[in-house]
Amino acid sequence: MDLFADPFVWRAPVAGIGVAVVAAPLGCFVVWRRMAYFGDTLSHAALLGVALGVVMGVEPMLGVLLAALTTGTVLVTLQRFSEFAVDTVLGILAHSTLALGVVVLSFFENLRVDLFSYLFGDILAVTPGDIGWILGGGAVVLMLLIALWRPLMALTVHPDLAQVEGIPVTVVRLAFILLLAIVVAVAMRLVGILLITSLLVIPPATARRFARTPASMALLAAGVAALGVTAGLGASLTWDSPAGPSMVVASALLFVAAVSMAPARA
Amino acid sequence: MADDQALIRADGIAVDFGDRKILHDVGVAIAPGEIVTLIGPNGGGKTTLVRVLLGLLRPGSGRVRRRARLRIGYVPQRMHIEPTLPLSVSGFLALGRRAGRDAYRAALAEVGVAHLLDSPVQQVSGGEFQRVVLARALLREPALLVLDEPAQGVDIGGQRELYRLIAGLRERRGCAVLLVSHDLHLVMAATDRVLCINGHVCCTGEPATVTDHPEYRRLFGPIDREFAVYTHAHDHEHDVHGDVVETETGGA
Repeated sequence: MDLFADPFVWRAPVAGIGVAVVAAPLGCFVVWRRMAYFGDTLSHAALLGVALGVVMGVEPMLGVLLAALTTGTVLVTLQRFSEFAVDTVLGILAHSTLALGVVVLSFFENLRVDLFSYLFGDILAVTPGDIGWILGGGAVVLMLLIALWRPLMALTVHPDLAQVEGIPVTVVRLAFILLLAIVVAVAMRLVGILLITSLLVIPPATARRFARTPASMALLAAGVAALGVTAGLGASLTWDSPAGPSMVVASALLFVAAVSMAPARA
Repeated sequence: MADDQALIRADGIAVDFGDRKILHDVGVAIAPGEIVTLIGPNGGGKTTLVRVLLGLLRPGSGRVRRRARLRIGYVPQRMHIEPTLPLSVSGFLALGRRAGRDAYRAALAEVGVAHLLDSPVQQVSGGEFQRVVLARALLREPALLVLDEPAQGVDIGGQRELYRLIAGLRERRGCAVLLVSHDLHLVMAATDRVLCINGHVCCTGEPATVTDHPEYRRLFGPIDREFAVYTHAHDHEHDVHGDVVETETGGA
């Protein structure tokens, strides 16, 4: 078929599945640690990162990484030294960084049109260079996640206990934020900053009721995520719907199906 | 106690949270095999002192010295595990030290909950889960066990069981135990030393056995050998701000 000779057709699933299978296992920790809104904040800050990248004339992905890391560090600091609840601090950071990003970008005529693609992604426009970033970044994230698995799990279950047992809690926490920042930077091109959290949260939630161990939940979530991406892209090709949002809708439908198939145990 | 004898020793510990003085000039040392019980009113700083000793909180002043390579087994006050985390008891134990199923089963058996090995942690009751956490601490072969209010929310029969268990662990393993008690007067009988903490060390001493106090026997019934009574010997009182007020001659 001519369709598959077109590089746009295979690049999209490679990119989508590449991001999804990395985001899902990491997303399990986001779910277990109740950090969904934190992921959201990192991705909102990504737009500011894009703007910074443009201003400084560097690769936007580097700008995004920098912005996400800075936001993560600021958050950890604010959390420790302010009287505001975490969700308040997150709300302030998420929306002020997003707004600042939009304002800065508005000074660049040619980028203004791209705003929609930054917000909702443009997976069909991924370049071979993007695929390099996705596969390279994804491999790094997965390897680090495997290396960090046990300390991160101990920290997730009980940070004080983990620290008494000799785990360098602060280092592990920062490393986790770094991994999230990389995933956000990479996933932004595909589903846009407004939908990144769905890649982190929906597949693990779908996998939860079928998993008996943390590792099986992570693997299952990766599989579910790949399925959601494939189904979404198929729908997008068939009905000409926007690719990123279609992937999220497909993923959400899988979640609904899973929840109705396996009722919560009492 | 000489410096080189103590497993852990804290001197001149002070902790402030903002304007609130939580602890000031607190000293405590724990010898190998010794059972120390911390008691004191809520907000008196017991848990803060434990956190300082564990290295979880840096004191504003004072210092904590631990014996080199001191292994501590810690049982926190309450543990909540996310329902979204599919973790079994054996998986939970593996997080402390990877030792294999036989070792996990043996550790659980030592605290009387061997049947829980493969249960999801969320299905384990509060009292049983506390024993699971204790098993995780034991797997580290600690020289010092730290238990923060283990008897809280446990009925008197359960407390007796727990105290018997802890005393037995000390007998068998020779580990020291630091215990935070929620009760101001009734402490574990095997306690060697009681420290009453209310901002500072109010008083310290040995508990007396319950049998010496017919009043307690009348009150609690046949609570036998696991409990002891601690009689406070304060030479001061605290005003509503928690500040020390010297007791009038003749005293309260």
